[in-house]
Amino acid sequence: MQFRPRQQVTAAGVAVVALTLALGACSSSSSSSTPAANSSGGGSSSSAGGSANVSGTLNASGSTFQLSFQQAAIAAFKSVQPNLTVNYGGGGSGKGRTDLAAGTVNFAGSDSTIPDKEASNFTGKTVLYFPVVIGPITLSYNLSGVSGLKLTAPVVAGIFSGKIKTWNDPAIKADNSGASLPSTAITLAVRSDSSGTTANFSNFLVLAGGSAWTLGTSSTIKWPSTARAGSGNAGVAQIVKSTPGAIGYVDYADAKASGLTFASVKNKAGNFVAPSTASATAAAENATVKPDLTFSCIWTAGAQSYPITYQSWDLVIQKQSSTSTTAALKAYIGYLLGDGQKLLPTLNYAPLPSNIDQQAVAQLSKIGS
Amino acid sequence: MSTAVKADPAVPAGSASPLSTRRPLGDRGFQILALASGLLVLVILVLIAVSTSQQASSWFSAEGLKIFTNNWDPATNQFGALAFIYGTAITAVIAIIMAVPVSVGIALLLNEVVPYRWSRPIVYVVDLLAVVPSVVWGLWGILVFAPWIQHIYASIASGVKGVPVLDALFGSPTSGASFFTAGIILAFMITPIVTSLSREVIATVPQIDREGAYALGATRWEMITGAVWPHSQGGVVGAVLLGLGRAMGETIAAALVIGASPVITSHLFAPGYNMPAVIANQFGEASGEFRAALMGLGVLLFVFTIIINVLARGVVERSARRKRGA
Repeated sequence: MQFRPRQQVTAAGVAVVALTLALGACSSSSSSSTPAANSSGGGSSSSAGGSANVSGTLNASGSTFQLSFQQAAIAAFKSVQPNLTVNYGGGGSGKGRTDLAAGTVNFAGSDSTIPDKEASNFTGKTVLYFPVVIGPITLSYNLSGVSGLKLTAPVVAGIFSGKIKTWNDPAIKADNSGASLPSTAITLAVRSDSSGTTANFSNFLVLAGGSAWTLGTSSTIKWPSTARAGSGNAGVAQIVKSTPGAIGYVDYADAKASGLTFASVKNKAGNFVAPSTASATAAAENATVKPDLTFSCIWTAGAQSYPITYQSWDLVIQKQSSTSTTAALKAYIGYLLGDGQKLLPTLNYAPLPSNIDQQAVAQLSKIGS
Repeated sequence: MSTAVKADPAVPAGSASPLSTRRPLGDRGFQILALASGLLVLVILVLIAVSTSQQASSWFSAEGLKIFTNNWDPATNQFGALAFIYGTAITAVIAIIMAVPVSVGIALLLNEVVPYRWSRPIVYVVDLLAVVPSVVWGLWGILVFAPWIQHIYASIASGVKGVPVLDALFGSPTSGASFFTAGIILAFMITPIVTSLSREVIATVPQIDREGAYALGATRWEMITGAVWPHSQGGVVGAVLLGLGRAMGETIAAALVIGASPVITSHLFAPGYNMPAVIANQFGEASGEFRAALMGLGVLLFVFTIIINVLARGVVERSARRKRGA
């Protein structure tokens, strides 16, 4: 049976498609390699990575807490190293750590250190922690006529476990004798998605709330069933803003962006401190920094420290496969630790205290060694 | 004695068996390609089932039958998923209850009432509902629909306060993002599917049956229940089950409007949670047994939707066979 010319062409096309699919399926899968930065022909990449021209691409993902800082830093970094493109994908600290272990990103943003159950993903690899940003978690509330609310950790624990149900509860009144608290019911605003913000806030409640807090600490908490959940810090901010009598834990940057009122929290030294750039940096100055640059700013000493301050690191695998990636990482992370810190106050984050910043800069030389 | 082999129309006359070497190369190649494509789909389905079950195995082995308890607490490593199974069932049932009368009504309208000229634009508009992306439904739901309907829920709740059954179903707590809102959004999303499938099934009813009913003096409604419905009930039930399968699996729309509260409650206006929503919301930060639990929820969802779809096909097949035999 002879095909007519048009049918011959169709048959040939189908055969080509089938062959391509078969070849694609049969060929061995390429190993997922870390995208490498290439040096441009003109510039040379020095291992110091500072003033020399570095080019290529760095890919990253992870903490959404760092996201707006990373976006601002990437834009500003373009004028420092125009040939180096950095991509920060967000997606959550857990995703960032998973991507780093799999080798699909060059660095990962994470609000917490690598937990024990993920440690097995990093066997044989040394991970370097570079702290890059500090920020307070506010307790934002919506109560008309009440400003300057003061809260202590056991009271916050009682509110968020559902034991304290109305605003005029004696426990809240005890710290706020000057304010006229209504009998409105308290509506909790919490995160519907898993997040490092939840993990750090619940960590604060464990450390400071004592026996008043029984729900543990994790990036997902079993809140009381009456809690309203929103997606992301912005979602929680929206619930607080639109519900009279609501209280929620919102990142400082999002709380200021939504124009929310937030409470002062009693710190370890016994003072009621409001969240701000200065009180967050004060908390970090009093943190105990381990040799690998991990630390916790939650519930630290210091008269002016804000007790619910958290921090975020950029994680880098010490052993790098190419010198140009090493140079690119040193250049970008060096920028984040140097001039990038000046961007933080305008973004409503807090810069690193100088002692931590210096130690981080000194650790830069370890990348790729 | 003549051979009892049935003539295969694809084989040129004179060939003895379908895959004999005397078949032209093009035919053979096409047959192999078609077979491979069909097998590929089956293989992919099996691989998905196997790989997700492997990833979820640590959850199944650690919890055993405790996966059917209502205790989802990642902080203390407890992953009982009953609240999500309940939520999936409730929202799917609400969606079906709201979508099926409307969809079957539209299908009957298009086939029985509306002149043919008008049916094309109506079909077009209904199919446009299917084009709206799931995430757009979710965003519209949480930003526009939920705040608006919250007031309606609150007034219904205060109205039924104290009434025995109604208070349990429609009483407080109420919230814009709730089981009922998710059910409504899902109903919007499954209406186009159920409508178009029902319409096609109802259109296959022979005109002679309709005219016979009219000839016997039936009213339009009696004609529909007497002549149209017996023919098409199998197909419509199959369409409803397919819609149910879709409603169970819709992820982003449900994740945004369901309220993210893992509780089992009879109050339909209260915030809830279902399986696709919890996977979408909590996967980013999950690791270890938490991640295995979420994968396990995916496996459960997969199994449920396969069962529903197999049921749907079975019902359609059975009614088609009965129709052919009748």
